[in-house]
Amino acid sequence: MAQSPARSMLGSLVLIAVIIGGAAAAFAYTAGWFSPQRLTANKLVDAFTPPGGKPPLGHRRNHAKGICFTGMFEANGAGSALSHAQVFTRGQYPALGRFNLGTANPNAPDATVRVRGMGLRISTPDGQEWRTAMINAPVFPVSTPQAFYDLLLASGSKDPNAMKIFAGAHPEIAAFGAWAKNAPWTGSYAEERFNSLNSFIFTDSSGAEHTVRWSLLPAAQVIPISPDDLAKRGPNFLEQEIAQRVHGGPLHWTMVVTVANPGDPTADPSRAWPVDRRTVNVGTLTVQQIEPERNGPCRDINFDPTVLPSGIRTSDDPFPAARSSAYAKSYDRRTAETKYYPRTAAEAQP
Amino acid sequence: MIAGHQRFNPLQRLLHWLMAVCILAMLFIGVGMVSTIMPKYLTLVSIHKPLGIAILVLALIRLAVRLRYGAPSLPADLPEPMKLAAYLSHYALYALMIGMPLIGWAMLSAAEYPVVLYEGIHLPPILPQSESLHTLLWDAHFYLAFAFFALILLHVAAALFHALVRRDGVFDAMASVSIHKEVAPAE
Repeated sequence: MAQSPARSMLGSLVLIAVIIGGAAAAFAYTAGWFSPQRLTANKLVDAFTPPGGKPPLGHRRNHAKGICFTGMFEANGAGSALSHAQVFTRGQYPALGRFNLGTANPNAPDATVRVRGMGLRISTPDGQEWRTAMINAPVFPVSTPQAFYDLLLASGSKDPNAMKIFAGAHPEIAAFGAWAKNAPWTGSYAEERFNSLNSFIFTDSSGAEHTVRWSLLPAAQVIPISPDDLAKRGPNFLEQEIAQRVHGGPLHWTMVVTVANPGDPTADPSRAWPVDRRTVNVGTLTVQQIEPERNGPCRDINFDPTVLPSGIRTSDDPFPAARSSAYAKSYDRRTAETKYYPRTAAEAQP
Repeated sequence: MIAGHQRFNPLQRLLHWLMAVCILAMLFIGVGMVSTIMPKYLTLVSIHKPLGIAILVLALIRLAVRLRYGAPSLPADLPEPMKLAAYLSHYALYALMIGMPLIGWAMLSAAEYPVVLYEGIHLPPILPQSESLHTLLWDAHFYLAFAFFALILLHVAAALFHALVRRDGVFDAMASVSIHKEVAPAE
């Protein structure tokens, strides 16, 4: 085949351009640059700030108001039947956590926030960690991360019908709504039950798998209080109260693991499992010390629910992945904004 | 540089092509994982970390092999600016192959994330917890990833230019099999 050298060179250059251009396009496609519809961590985290609002610079983008605690988790050994993670072997393991309010406003008055949460990290001598972030609601408002994003958009929307339209499209929100409306409020983090909501898979030492959810049940007696009465106690009553209470003596929660039966909705945290499911009391969390967040040990911890020890892994529930990716984004942003939330000089590191 | 040989030795060629696959996979996994919140996010992250460490180990081996065995000299008639570009881009590629995994590892350390390679197997932190270091390293990891990919495109373009346009044996020096029979060593 006779070809002039100039033509063959032009052909080669075109071929090179096509290969390089194709590779660049594939890269851009993978990065989502051609898919503006793709739900990213950036979008999800942005949605916590209503249009026109200011994000809580230097703070977590959600559950922004909180206070640190330290203590220990004492495993009674019963959890070893479900998971070979060291954290369930009889013994005491250091715990670090954070009581918080489910709001994007770090200065929100306590009585204006329905959802309360606990972030928890338990460390074991084998160098592994179990991080979890739980809330007091018994179910999550929606079934999927996309629906949660849509919920954030609807609740931030100026359209007065946005929430009604959303609830019509997502009837599963009714269970959460009923809890929010009817469950008693309490006047203390110590009286709250905190629930994982998401399901995870425990693997026992024989290799058998169990799909579970877990909850921390308060030892303190629950004393209901109306939001109006709580408001009268002051905007930051919960943090003052928990500090005072722990100063008077350690607080306890029992960790209960609930095991799903085959066919239970393990992928949908908006649906509770039937109440007769097997539960295992695996140990006790003791909260021994409270520290303000600003200089506290929980400040720079991301309570990413996918940081799990060997013996616990994620299930078919799509939320832990979405939470992990969004929490990391929130962490990346707030740790780049420390000038807006400086540590106080007196306690700053030398 | 050891004069006289025209091709990289078989170990160097093996490392090159193995790492080419690993690094391209790594870069695509990296940009893919940060653009999704779907369950594949966790799968991609769980590949990204051990693959990054594997690349670090391979890069260190490769650096040692390169220092020991050198590289074939560039064609004498290659214009000086292209020679300079070749040298500089190779320094940059080595720096990124070794630097990016270290930056990633340090970034996770500075955020107090456990560096899990596989269920229960983790690496120790290489930095203390630090917001400012985390931010610096995060930015570096992010922007250098794009620079790395751009450099690889340039590297591929140059390789193809040598192979298809100049036909000067530079591509054959790293090709797994020789494409020009006349320069292949006798059997």
